[in-house]
Amino acid sequence: MATVSFTIFRGNSPDTGGFETYSTETDEGMVVLDAVHKIQAEQANDLSVRWNCKAGKCGSCSAEINGMPRLMCMTRLSDLPLDKPVLLQPMKAFPLIKDLVTNVSWNFDVKKKIKKFKPRPPDNADGTWRIAQEDVDRVQEFRKCIECFLCQDVCHVLREHRMHDEFIGPRFLVYAAALEMHPLDTEDRLPDLKNSEGIGLCNITKCCTGVCPEEIHITDNAIIPLKERVVDRFYDPLHWFLRLFKKS
Amino acid sequence: MNTYDTFDYDVLVIGAGGAGLRAAIEASAHGVRVGLICKSLLGKAHTVMAEGGVAAALSNVDERDNWKVHFTDTMRGGQYLNNWRMAELHAKEAPDRVRELEAWGALFDRTKDGKILQRNFGGHKYPRLAHVGDRTGLEMIRTLQDHGIHQGVSVHMEFTIISLLKSGDRVSGALGYDRERGRFNVFRAKAVVLATGGVGRAYKITSNSWEYTGDGHALAYRAGAELIDMEFLQFHPTGMVWPPSVQGILVTEGVRGEGGILLNKEGRRFMFDDIPDLYRNQTADNEEEGWRYTQGDRNARRPPELLTRDHVARCIVREIKAGRGSPHGGVFLDISWIKEKIPNAAEVIKKKLPSMYHQFKKLADIDITKEPMEVGPTTHYMMGGIRVNADTQMSTVPGLFAAGECAAGLHGANRLGGNSLSDLLVFGKRAGEHAALFAKEHGFETIDDARIKSIVDESLRPFERTGGENPFQVQYDLQDMMQDLVGIVRNEAEMQQAVTELKKLQERAQNVKVVGNREYNGGWHTALDLQNLLAVSEAIALAALQRKESRGAHFREDYPAKDDQNGKFNSVVRISADGQMEIRKDPLPEIREDLKEIIAEMK
Repeated sequence: MATVSFTIFRGNSPDTGGFETYSTETDEGMVVLDAVHKIQAEQANDLSVRWNCKAGKCGSCSAEINGMPRLMCMTRLSDLPLDKPVLLQPMKAFPLIKDLVTNVSWNFDVKKKIKKFKPRPPDNADGTWRIAQEDVDRVQEFRKCIECFLCQDVCHVLREHRMHDEFIGPRFLVYAAALEMHPLDTEDRLPDLKNSEGIGLCNITKCCTGVCPEEIHITDNAIIPLKERVVDRFYDPLHWFLRLFKKS
Repeated sequence: MNTYDTFDYDVLVIGAGGAGLRAAIEASAHGVRVGLICKSLLGKAHTVMAEGGVAAALSNVDERDNWKVHFTDTMRGGQYLNNWRMAELHAKEAPDRVRELEAWGALFDRTKDGKILQRNFGGHKYPRLAHVGDRTGLEMIRTLQDHGIHQGVSVHMEFTIISLLKSGDRVSGALGYDRERGRFNVFRAKAVVLATGGVGRAYKITSNSWEYTGDGHALAYRAGAELIDMEFLQFHPTGMVWPPSVQGILVTEGVRGEGGILLNKEGRRFMFDDIPDLYRNQTADNEEEGWRYTQGDRNARRPPELLTRDHVARCIVREIKAGRGSPHGGVFLDISWIKEKIPNAAEVIKKKLPSMYHQFKKLADIDITKEPMEVGPTTHYMMGGIRVNADTQMSTVPGLFAAGECAAGLHGANRLGGNSLSDLLVFGKRAGEHAALFAKEHGFETIDDARIKSIVDESLRPFERTGGENPFQVQYDLQDMMQDLVGIVRNEAEMQQAVTELKKLQERAQNVKVVGNREYNGGWHTALDLQNLLAVSEAIALAALQRKESRGAHFREDYPAKDDQNGKFNSVVRISADGQMEIRKDPLPEIREDLKEIIAEMK
């Protein structure tokens, strides 16, 4: 089969690390992660790569392939130009650990700060609820998320402006939307979204939607509806006027 | 000497899939301090890949279902080698465990009247699997993860445990390293729960992720715990076979539950050719009846595609060996044919099986709404594992508990689809609860520094070698060997050869070389995981040699029949005083009288 070259970032710091090029034999149907594994097994045993399922279900093997944030396990070599080396880099929005692996722990810390699910009391004496399939379907789009954090990586608010302290990023706006639109949930997350979670910083360039491997309509179905709710609550003149009376 | 940090937890849970998370949540609810070790990032464990659903007799779709039917189905599927008490507890408690997930935010697909919908699956008499399309595992792990992070559990991500620590007979903690920097850490604990999953990475073709290297099995074994039923390894009948790089990736049984049929290259529905006696009364004898069953006709019997996994896998192997397979060495699985039966078939398929649609489209250029898939058996699930007390999940080592795939008993000789996710919930909860109770009655033990030093030195030795072997190559050779010699169809000569080969591989594993440093070093991790893979491989081979009959997932061409005279035992593996693996047979415990009657009633 064909020999393909891969130029892979190696090192544990962006300053001291650099690129190494490896050539390897490829087989029909191979994905980028297969090639990385082959290089790791045959040429660079200490190459760092994070992966689990190799089936697009766990969201571990996120990296930048020819500059695009993608899952290595779902990117087929046949879909890439192979006349020049395939460029593999770690995600840029997170601190580097080594080679293709970054420290994504910030995401886990952010999630913990979002108010948790708070269901209404059960509908039935046996502790169960009745829910319509349509209500499940609406939220299931968001619950498909495999937490690969590619949307976080591509978002310029995090990637370029490094506003990790002020903005939770597309992944957690989807998470907040899933909770806010959950048919049983009774919690109110709008004040947090407006204030500490920085929903206003998103200027809907839809880059996140473009890289989502689960094809979630992040901007249209999650972020914009949340923005509308925040606007209705905090910026609608009538609501603002009524709030004045509530306060007094 | 390497220095190390020490963490103290009342209960240490090793493994953060469904069972580990459920155990951690439960232990924490009992007011003890809980540490949770994830080999990967939180929420990425193998549970995420479960597709079809979680089995629980909720009786939302068919009111004839109840725990007794679920219990009997589980025992029949396991060829009566199951721990009957675990099967009883599982059938009784699964409905509550599923409803509890809903209270924590899980959203299952619904019936018309708004209850949790249930689907058909192999070996289950009634529609029993609560599900979310074909990504039930993701829904489950995310629900447990998102609930668990608010329960005060301390999570250690990308940590691998390399040894359990003991004080006298009792377990007293664990030693591990973090992947990021390769630093060693000691966890002192009053009780430890193992929830490390399975062993699929011992085989070349597997649906399992890289983590599945039998860690819990090997840790427990080395700590003196007994393993049982290790000959029973489930080969899922339908894994992808083409292209080569995706070989083994799972194709959910849900495809067949929704009406998918298996065909050989002659277009024959070969599953009708061989229906086991144990299931004859429950199986359709014509295609029309089978179709009606998948569409919810309560008077129809299941199509033979929904027989148990062990049987379906063997039928597929038979077709392939007889030269009737598909071009790439599998058989055809066709769901697109349902367009002959229903008008909007393509939409129904995409709605019911979205990840399968996506997976084949992306990885194989196949549109499953238009053409058949090629599938073949793939190493999927270990029924055997750590022997536990049915009620408490404590192993034969005091203070050491186990739950989920690394524990054994519930599934006997063959697991029914859907019974794994329910197993995780029911016994994860029990393990967490009883570990917490144990921790409340016991204190911390002192850690033996000399022992830590010797384990650490041993684990760093691959860095010191200059002329050793590549650890990846040893792993590949092990996987090829197990696939060839201790696979779906087994015989005495091949397995004897496997035992010999394992000795050589063990020697080679003692001489692997690792390059680079300790930071996120895949070669080093593989070198350490190899020890666990070799231990479970040996246990599988010895147990499979000892069982001279065919039963459930264990099929021997030299003993093709079930032997009810001599086959009713559990294989027990343990470490001997001189460090060798020893094996024995334990007779099956007598089933409680009332449960016997239930089984007889439902024959």
